[in-house]
Amino acid sequence: MSRTIDAVVSPTQTNTIPADISGQMLDLDEDDDLEVFSKDLTLADGNMFNASMPTSPGSMVNQCKFEEDEESDSKDIFITVDNPESHVTAIETFITYRVLTKTTRSEFDNSEYEVRRRYQDFLWLKGKLEDAHSTLIVHPLPEKFVVKGMVERFNGDFIETRRKALHKFLNRVADHPILSCSEDFKVFLSAQAWELTTYKKQGPGFLSRMGETVRAVANSVRGVKNRPEEFTAIQEYVEDFSNKIGSLDKVTQRIVKEQKEYLEELKEYGPTYTLWSGSEEELAEQLKGVAGCIERCCKETEEQVGHLSDTLVPVLHEYVLCAETLKAVLRRRDNIQAEFEAKNEALATKKVDRDAESSDLGFVWGSLLGKNPEEARHQRQERLDGEIEELKEEIDKLEDRVEWANNALKGDWGRWQRSMRGDLKSAFLSTAEKNVDYYEKKR
Amino acid sequence: MMADSGPKEVAVIGNTELTSAELDNNIINTMVEIEKGTSLLRKMEISVAEAEKRTGKNTVNMQEIYTVYLIETRPVDALTEGITPDSLWRRYSEFELLRNYLLVTYPFVVVAPLPEKRAEIVWHKLSADNMDPDFVERRRVGLENFLHRVASHPVLCNDNIFYIFLTEDKDWKEMVYETGFQAKADSRLKAVNAAFRVKNPDGRFTELKHYSDELQTVLSQLLRVRARVADRLYGVYKVHGNYGRVFSEWSAIEKEMGDGLQSAGHHMDAYAASVDDILEEEEHYADQLKEYLFYTDALRAVCRKHELTQFELEMVALDLACKKQQKEELVTGTVRTFSLKGMTSKLFGQETAEQREAKLQVLEQQLKEGEEAVKEKNTETDEFVKTAWVDIERFKDQKDRDLKEALISYAVMQISMCKKGIQVWTNAKECFNKM
Repeated sequence: MSRTIDAVVSPTQTNTIPADISGQMLDLDEDDDLEVFSKDLTLADGNMFNASMPTSPGSMVNQCKFEEDEESDSKDIFITVDNPESHVTAIETFITYRVLTKTTRSEFDNSEYEVRRRYQDFLWLKGKLEDAHSTLIVHPLPEKFVVKGMVERFNGDFIETRRKALHKFLNRVADHPILSCSEDFKVFLSAQAWELTTYKKQGPGFLSRMGETVRAVANSVRGVKNRPEEFTAIQEYVEDFSNKIGSLDKVTQRIVKEQKEYLEELKEYGPTYTLWSGSEEELAEQLKGVAGCIERCCKETEEQVGHLSDTLVPVLHEYVLCAETLKAVLRRRDNIQAEFEAKNEALATKKVDRDAESSDLGFVWGSLLGKNPEEARHQRQERLDGEIEELKEEIDKLEDRVEWANNALKGDWGRWQRSMRGDLKSAFLSTAEKNVDYYEKKR
Repeated sequence: MMADSGPKEVAVIGNTELTSAELDNNIINTMVEIEKGTSLLRKMEISVAEAEKRTGKNTVNMQEIYTVYLIETRPVDALTEGITPDSLWRRYSEFELLRNYLLVTYPFVVVAPLPEKRAEIVWHKLSADNMDPDFVERRRVGLENFLHRVASHPVLCNDNIFYIFLTEDKDWKEMVYETGFQAKADSRLKAVNAAFRVKNPDGRFTELKHYSDELQTVLSQLLRVRARVADRLYGVYKVHGNYGRVFSEWSAIEKEMGDGLQSAGHHMDAYAASVDDILEEEEHYADQLKEYLFYTDALRAVCRKHELTQFELEMVALDLACKKQQKEELVTGTVRTFSLKGMTSKLFGQETAEQREAKLQVLEQQLKEGEEAVKEKNTETDEFVKTAWVDIERFKDQKDRDLKEALISYAVMQISMCKKGIQVWTNAKECFNKM
């Protein structure tokens, strides 16, 4: 199996890869490979992603025009988001980020692209992806701005957090076998600023989007009658999950707050020992030692708080957003199903109509126009049947897609979260360990 | 918290001046005696075993609830191990009375402090409630500590009133009052007055006073901040308990992650719960510091007494100088300073020779008495300084030792807290890895 990327670290696995893999998307043994590779380039995101797609419909894979060679390879596209810069125009000030892409995919003309994008561009991309694949799960974007207000937009920390989230977003899209094939995605990565603006203007206008929204609302009002069991289960799960994640988010923020207050007090604690050592002779040494240790504790606690804020809080937050996304996806799925059901009802009525021998306006009309009644009826039947068949197909396809996407993401979640948590815990541990060392020095 | 029962010497209370040679001798003698077990603590096991609530009528004939403490004593002897100890009940006010008696009777001794009457400098878990069981328990320990300190003090342990406090139930109060110690107590006003007007206090005492002021300030600040830190730490730990709850709830809806989450949740709960023990232990450390905080009062009392005796000495000496001058005037007939006598004699004529002679005689007598008084006061002051300084040295050693130990055990405590933390998080990490 040839690899199209040079900088490969030799895999740690020992199993041989079966020769007939070309038809299949991925192999579980690739995990080690992916992991090692990704770590090198600090794009740790899609590690386990591929492993969790057991039953991917082969047809969908082919849609993405993957070359056979690339199937067994690890990532063939690398994206980084960095270097935020502030731009001032007459109307507004905004931040752009540099998006760097390196790829070997054939659909891209070059192998490297460097463009600058602003948050609105990301929003646009997300919107397009969701429109095109309304039942797939698109990773959430960071929020528009922090609650505190306009000023916060240009705060250093906020920008950094957003940058990281944007980076993650693009990489997730890149990892997704369907989404990454999107034309919009490609344009986003490669077009120059003015090209992008032009491109954006194409596409369904405002009115057609309105129409879609109206339909969606109408469908949701109508409701779903026979939602399949599994989706109900997923719905419930998502509800609960969203609750839990929300709680965890709150708890973590509370912990950060408490830690900060603890730190405040601790900062005052150390100096009192120093003060005391001034009055003592014999005990001065020990007291100074204690003061020193407390100061080191302060530093460690500060680090810990920082780490929590940087790592756990954003992740939890992301998943809160994910939960929201999931809910939206489910809703859309429901809408589709509602449409399906509506159409089915229409189908039923039409069938009835068709089978009815009774005179009806269309029939009469047809005869007036000189058509053969039988023919007219048949034509209509065919037309109706055709419509119905189309609809059915579409809906089935959609449902399949939903299910697949859902499972994929869930598996991905679980493991990713785990590794994130693992990181967090080791941070805690290292903090505690350092504490221990320093305290031992007290003796 | 048993104080070391190897004191430097037993101060002899009396009017004899001790030369340094004699002091050394005393040390040797008392060392020998101690080996025989004169320190009360060696002879007796003392413990404050229990606390109980009682109701009764107080001095204004109102019902009140108060706590009494059971004092148990038993001679330390291999043969009497199995014998049940003697016991009696005492309430806090009786301890106070005992201490006041000791303060007055042995003003040169740095008398150990009693535990707090009311709960101050607490952190949020403990309300300032005298009836709170934790507070009562800590007070019980404090009272026991007090008794041990007194019983192992080379001077105080021999006091009869103390002994009776421990052993006789009835009439102890009357006995204390009979000693008339209250009359001996120096009025506060006198002491403050002396503190201002004394001219030549021993430099060491002045230093000591400053030190005890500093120590008091530092310790009270330290204890306050520590209480706030403990409060915050408590908060941090307890919020982690919320993690435990949410994790459990969450694990119910997860399949692969369920087990991992569940166990992680348990660890979080354990972590949150562990803070109670940790802070309980820290209270012990705080109590040790508090004892020394309260000791500063005793230190200052000794300094005050010194200032008082020094002042009295100075007064007496001044008085003597005055009288000498008067005599001189009388003898030489010159009036160098304004005096009523001088004026009246000017106005009403000179005195007769006999009158003068009579006055001289009186003055001579007064002079003799004065000189005696000065000598007495001198020895009193010197004596006080010596004995007090001995006890202060003893106290300093005790303080250094105790505080060193307290700091070390505090450090050990913190280490074990960290170790527990490590354990919990390591376990949690494993659980997370299994998810």
